[in-house]
Amino acid sequence: MRAAVVVFPGSNCDRDMAVALRAAGADVQMVWHKDADLPADIDLVAVPGGFSFGDYLRCGAIAAQSPICKAVVAHAQRGGYVLGVCNGFQVLTETGLLPGALMRNSNLKFICKDVDLVVKTTDSAFTSAHTVGDMVRYPVAHHDGNYSIDSDGLARITGDDRIAFSYAQNPNGSVADIAGVLSENRRVLGMMPHPERAVDAGHGGTDGQALFRGLLDQLVSA
Amino acid sequence: MKARVYVMLKNGVLDPQGEAVRHALGTLGFDGVQGVRQGKVIELDLADGTTEDAIAQMCEKLLANTVIESYRIEVQ
Repeated sequence: MRAAVVVFPGSNCDRDMAVALRAAGADVQMVWHKDADLPADIDLVAVPGGFSFGDYLRCGAIAAQSPICKAVVAHAQRGGYVLGVCNGFQVLTETGLLPGALMRNSNLKFICKDVDLVVKTTDSAFTSAHTVGDMVRYPVAHHDGNYSIDSDGLARITGDDRIAFSYAQNPNGSVADIAGVLSENRRVLGMMPHPERAVDAGHGGTDGQALFRGLLDQLVSA
Repeated sequence: MKARVYVMLKNGVLDPQGEAVRHALGTLGFDGVQGVRQGKVIELDLADGTTEDAIAQMCEKLLANTVIESYRIEVQ
C-alpha cells in the first residue's frame, strides 16, 4: 500500500503517523501543503494531528484551503482512502469531505489523556480488523473535539452506520458520544483520538495497530 | 471600502464559551445575565466596488463554517 502523509505548518503528529503506517507495512511519502498534486498511485492519504496554521480563524479552516487539500478532495472523490486524525479530522470537516464540525470542548479545557472507545461498525477498511463492540484505548489531545452535527445529519450518519468509534465516557461533549465518522462511501475516516500514538509498547498501548493492520490487509488485497 | 462580517454560532448550537462568560459575569455579581453568545467580528479592507455578493462568497468559502455558524455582512 502506498500512503501519503500531509504536512502543514503546525502539524505535529505527521511523523508519528508515518511511523505507524510504515510499521504496518505501508510505503509512506510525506507531502507538503503547497504541493498541488499527490504522488502517483497513492492508496491512502493521512491528514495528521497538530495545529495547522496555528488554528487561526477555526481549527483546520486555513489548511482546508491549501493546494494539497484540493488534491486530497479529488483523491477522495475518485474513491481514494483518507484518514484524518485530530486536526486532520477538523481539516476534513472543513473541506466538506466529512459531515459536521468540531467545536470547543464543552468543559473548555484542553483534554490530554487516554480514552476508551467503542468500535461501532466493522464495515470499513479502517475497522475491519475489529468486532462491533470492541473496546480500544487511544490517546486524545485536543481543545476542539466536541463533534457537532444537526439532527438530520445525525439521523443520516446513524442510519447509514457511519459512526466508526464512540467514546465510552464522553470527554468533550460530542453529540451521541461520536469519536470518529465515515464518509458516505466509507473510505474517508475522521477521528479525534490518535491511533498512531498507540502502536508501540513504548506508547503505553498498542490498540492502534489493529486499525493500521486492517487498513493494510484491506488495501493490499483490494 | 470597508466591510465588517459578524460570525456567530447558529441558534440552537450550544456555545460553551458564551456559557462560561455568562457564568463568570454571575460570579462578578452581575445578576440577571440570562444568556451570552460569543462570536467574531472580521473587518475587511476591500477594493472599491467589491460587491456584497463577493463578500458573501468569502463568508461561505472561508470566514464562516456554515455547518455551525451564521454570518452577517455590514458594508460601511
